Amino acid sequence: MKGLTPRRVLDTVVGSLLPPLVAVVAAMVATSVLIAAFGGSPGSFLEVIFSVPNDRVLLSIINQSAMLSISGIAAAIGFRMGLFNIGVEGQYIVGSCAGAFFAGSGLVPGPLNILATLVVAAAAGAAYASIAGLLRVFRGVSEVISAIMLNYIALTMAGYLVTKYGQASGYTFTTERLPLDAQPLGFKIFPDAPGDVWALSSLAIILGIGYWFLISRTRFGFELRVTGESETAARASGVNTKKMTLLVMALSGAVAGLVWMPAYFGSVHTFGTPENFQAGLGFIGLAVALLGRNRTLGIFFAAALFAFLSGQSNNLQSAGIAKDVIDITQGITVLAVVVAYEVVGRRRAKTEAERVARQLDAEREGAAA
Amino acid sequence: MSTQQSVSAEVVRARTFRYTWWLAALAVIVVISTVRLYTGTDRITAPGTLRAAIIGACPILLAGLGGLWAERAGIVNIGLEGQMLLGTWGAAFFAYHYGPLAGVLGAALMGLIGGLLHAIATVSFGVDHIISGVAINIVGLGAVGFLAKTTFDDLDGGGPRNLSGYSTPPEFTVPLIADGARSLADKHWFVISDVAGAVAGVTTRLSVLTVLAFVLVAVTAWVLWRTSFGLRLRSCGENPQAAETLGINVYRYKYVAVLISGAFAGLGGAYLAMVASSSFTVGQTGGRGYIGLATMIFGNWRPSGVLTGALMFGYTDGVSLLSNSGAIVHALLLLVAILLAVFAVLKVRGGERVTGFVIAGISVGAFVWYFLSETVDASFTGMTPYVVTLFVLAVFSQRLRMPAADGKPYRRGGAG
Repeated sequence: MKGLTPRRVLDTVVGSLLPPLVAVVAAMVATSVLIAAFGGSPGSFLEVIFSVPNDRVLLSIINQSAMLSISGIAAAIGFRMGLFNIGVEGQYIVGSCAGAFFAGSGLVPGPLNILATLVVAAAAGAAYASIAGLLRVFRGVSEVISAIMLNYIALTMAGYLVTKYGQASGYTFTTERLPLDAQPLGFKIFPDAPGDVWALSSLAIILGIGYWFLISRTRFGFELRVTGESETAARASGVNTKKMTLLVMALSGAVAGLVWMPAYFGSVHTFGTPENFQAGLGFIGLAVALLGRNRTLGIFFAAALFAFLSGQSNNLQSAGIAKDVIDITQGITVLAVVVAYEVVGRRRAKTEAERVARQLDAEREGAAA
Repeated sequence: MSTQQSVSAEVVRARTFRYTWWLAALAVIVVISTVRLYTGTDRITAPGTLRAAIIGACPILLAGLGGLWAERAGIVNIGLEGQMLLGTWGAAFFAYHYGPLAGVLGAALMGLIGGLLHAIATVSFGVDHIISGVAINIVGLGAVGFLAKTTFDDLDGGGPRNLSGYSTPPEFTVPLIADGARSLADKHWFVISDVAGAVAGVTTRLSVLTVLAFVLVAVTAWVLWRTSFGLRLRSCGENPQAAETLGINVYRYKYVAVLISGAFAGLGGAYLAMVASSSFTVGQTGGRGYIGLATMIFGNWRPSGVLTGALMFGYTDGVSLLSNSGAIVHALLLLVAILLAVFAVLKVRGGERVTGFVIAGISVGAFVWYFLSETVDASFTGMTPYVVTLFVLAVFSQRLRMPAADGKPYRRGGAG
């Protein structure tokens, strides 16, 4: 309609960049206030968080943000269609468990094992997510509620399977170790840090580009977004929304199944809850998708921010502050960002309405004259 | 004339309905007793088991009631888990410094603060209820970890992630009844001993907080369904626009409901930190907030349903903590198989053949599992509430009736 007037650019900046910024600041302030209220020093908290990260932290930021991005993409696929896949948590547990059992068995020789395992993990995640999808489409069950139940079932089942079919190492049980020839080499970017940037962290970039392409450049993506905007409109224009729900749920689950794979192939090489697994990535992924507004770049930034906060929080212990405090910062960031978007949205709707009213008035006066 | 007829028909239907329920409850007890005698697992209705079941049930019950309050006013509260977590810390902190009563009140207060956060986000700012709930759970876990390290680390009996050595609410044993019921239960008679086991389980070393939890069920039912305050609150969950046109301050009612919801969840946390255990650890809730939510759905958004669900899920929760629970769970498997078979027959006779056959299939599976195994892994007990809820949702989703405007955004002035 209109070109890029300065006003519009300003609107875009205010509308999409300011809310996350405000949210992060608000979360920092709230956390500092809480720390001060309990006799801690907010100064040292901010000092630790905003210090220049060392190599070890930088490495963890890259690897963690890769996994968080994948998790965020999984959540975003659902969000774009108005599906709240709170089950990412359960789906990536199932994917990780199935993937680790498969990879450890060494059924497929050599490096091909990696590819085959990724397929298995994605398929397991997709299958698990489909339970919620099927229940929603055929029985009208809210996907949020069923997915919450499935999250817990996944955690218990994974624990049971590993205890029953895994092997004991000390007091814990794990799946069989990944064969050496299927362990990809990482990228040694930070010489001072123990470990590498995991090879499969690149999966985040591949999936991110794939997600962007799927959503904005394909017919499927278009139908997905239309369904998200208005299910009735989508149905009226011939979209099979039931089929879409099933497909999108499965797709979201497939991506979710891959979340932990970088860590598995990169450093852990085995699976067992809770020691040899990183739980909670699914819930944070939801937060990442929300903060990143379901856009690829946004998700990358949000994932990097959350990984940065978590990475820096490891140094909080030395400042005498529990590192759990960073969960508060992350939670409040999510809460604040959705509130900020809501406020901006309301204001924009109001100014828009006022402008239309003003234009109409002007036209009417013009007609009367 | 016709109105009168339909009213009396309604009354008759209501009476038959109630009658059927009592009959069904009796039938279930008979089946349980039969299973007990057949499998020789007397422990499934022993007083000790049922006491553990009650203790398992109360936190879930309180969380479920909390969920009920919020959802009756139209606010979905996934944040129950986080509010419960805050409650566990509140109970430990205030009980350690100011005694058990302060502990209970402190837990409710902490839960209430969690509820306030949820209310501000969802009611005032119209944020998606699920998003806010997820965020509150993240904040709750972080806050409890932070608070524990900050306030418990230097205490006697405390550590960075735990605290013990605070006093808990008093327990009492009902004289005569407890002993009488226990000796009856030990006779292992058909049905009578099972009921006696339940009575003994309830009356032995009963915590004041347990009594409070059950009283709150009645209070919730009375306030929400028998007072004008409750009617108004529920109208905000059914049709807030209509409520607004009648002059109800919908925001205020939603706020009150979510605050109460948080306080109830906080009390559930207090129960965990003071009755179910006498010490505090970070992350003590272990997903019971979510089970509370499941209980509320299972109970069709009604207090009696929440109570039934909480007792059932509490039983599985309590049993999984007992030593050698494998045999009990194994016996329960047979019970589930039988109940499912009966249910399948009812469904097929009721005309829902496909559903009936699916349930019959599950029942056969359970029978096969029972006869092919000696014990059942305890991790399956922990899973029960979630599986049952999924099952109920899948089978009854058409008959469940949640508040009409539950989870929907509402803005003041929307009625025009």
